[in-house]
Amino acid sequence: MIKFEGVTKTYGDFTAVDDVSFVAKPGRVTGFLGPNGAGKSTSMRIMVGLTPADRGKSTIGGLDYHAIPNPGRHVGVLLDASAQHAGRTGREVLVLTAMTMGLPDARVDEMLELVGLTETESKRRVKNYSLGMRQRLGLANSLMGDPSVLILDEPANGLDPAGIHWMRSLLRHYAERGGTVLLSSHLLHEVEMIADEMVLIGHGKIVAQGTKAELLHTAGTFVKAEELTRLHSALERAGIKASPSGDGGMRTEAEPIDVGRIAASESIVLTELRPAEGAGLEELFLELTGDHARENVDFEGAMA
Amino acid sequence: MSTTAAVPYGDTLDVSKTPDIPMARLVKVELRKMIDTKSGMWLLIAVAAITAVASTIFGFVGHNQDRTFGHFLGFAGTPQGFLLPVLGILLVTQEWGQRTGMVTFTLVPHRGRILAAKVYAAFLLAATAIVLAFAVALITTVLFGGTNRWSDFTPIDILKISVGQMAGMAQGFSYGLLLLISAAAIVTYFVLPQVLSILANVIPFLSDKAAWIDFGTAQQRLFNFGDGNLSGKEWSQLLVTGAFWVALPFVIGLWRMLRAEVK
Repeated sequence: MIKFEGVTKTYGDFTAVDDVSFVAKPGRVTGFLGPNGAGKSTSMRIMVGLTPADRGKSTIGGLDYHAIPNPGRHVGVLLDASAQHAGRTGREVLVLTAMTMGLPDARVDEMLELVGLTETESKRRVKNYSLGMRQRLGLANSLMGDPSVLILDEPANGLDPAGIHWMRSLLRHYAERGGTVLLSSHLLHEVEMIADEMVLIGHGKIVAQGTKAELLHTAGTFVKAEELTRLHSALERAGIKASPSGDGGMRTEAEPIDVGRIAASESIVLTELRPAEGAGLEELFLELTGDHARENVDFEGAMA
Repeated sequence: MSTTAAVPYGDTLDVSKTPDIPMARLVKVELRKMIDTKSGMWLLIAVAAITAVASTIFGFVGHNQDRTFGHFLGFAGTPQGFLLPVLGILLVTQEWGQRTGMVTFTLVPHRGRILAAKVYAAFLLAATAIVLAFAVALITTVLFGGTNRWSDFTPIDILKISVGQMAGMAQGFSYGLLLLISAAAIVTYFVLPQVLSILANVIPFLSDKAAWIDFGTAQQRLFNFGDGNLSGKEWSQLLVTGAFWVALPFVIGLWRMLRAEVK
């Protein structure tokens, strides 16, 4: 179990991590989701003692990270897959980790096989690795000591869809056997695929947390129609607020049946009508990323 | 992890059966890190080769009366003395330059222990170089020595070369720890003495007191083998300049390393 209690870290005037509290439980994959610069990596560095927190307490399994003897045997960490000596071979990187933890070389071969790096690939120098290969190497490195807790910063970054699928099943099995997994991502879709629990962070603050089901379940309807503007006015007359969404439709807080009835009474042809799952989370996430990269969504765009 | 299904770990870690990582293992890992990259491997080969080649060349070109053990030791020890500090620098800076520190300091979250392991590794490497210099000097003296080849051998030379090489290694290590960037540390190590000597040319005080100010000047007699022990004053000069050029950067670097974030 990873526990963060009121952790704060500031750099001058900038608060990178602002009074953050959450728990990553054993047997669950917890997704740590937020846009770039939201404080995910800083939080993870605080967890493993690379960055000192200004306030608050971070523990793993009830212990301060520094109090864990031979921590690699308990906590697997992958913070930056590119932080490896470019001149070492992939295998050598793992051998150094195995040596440090006091594990035999045979464990290195097991890990290489587990993450799907071939013998030839493992003998190449890390500078010749693709990002995807570095991620696999980093994952092998973090799993080396058979840890019960995994902390992975953007592990899916650079993996192809097949790679992400592979990682999902790997982490799922790991959690099913009782392991604690905390993984960060700046992509909602990625976390949705892999995680059971989610912690959303933006501007250093936790903005939402809960199980995936809790966060994704929101009342509301997604609707598409031939005459979207006319439907919008009809809904407004009925006191139903609707807002445009990026994919050529609208979202409303009302139930699908109510939207359907209004459309029927106005003889507007609907092309799509369904419960808007995950809309709340997606909007929240868009809001977080909004300052930098929100796409301009309006009716003109939606109608086009 | 247990292979039996559904044995959940509790909320707390059971660390009672996990012993700490012994220091000897950390030292072994640090030594391995010096030879497992092309650059590290070639640097070590270069140190060994230059030791053997320099004294062999002297064996061929030196005058009969100069081909004594003391001179052979000088030719074996002096050039390797230039490269040992670079070894010391890289031992420290690779964790920052290549960012491997993120893994190293996560596996061993006590930075002082990693630093201690690196210090031990540095001294083991320097000790190996000293033994090598002695072995090469002995062999080349036997093979190429002149008529009075053993005339200038004094046991104090063992102490002098040991202090000299260890000091060089320690200075490189300190520069590495202070600057954390290989290129900056190497350039500083080689350029700073040049700057000092240029300054000494224009400021008489500096040239008069050079042995009290410049570590290199204070070390000179360490590498003059066969001319006996250093005087008390000369040892004091070594201590004073060593404190300023080795101990001080080490302490500042250590202070920063223990506090700084690892990114």
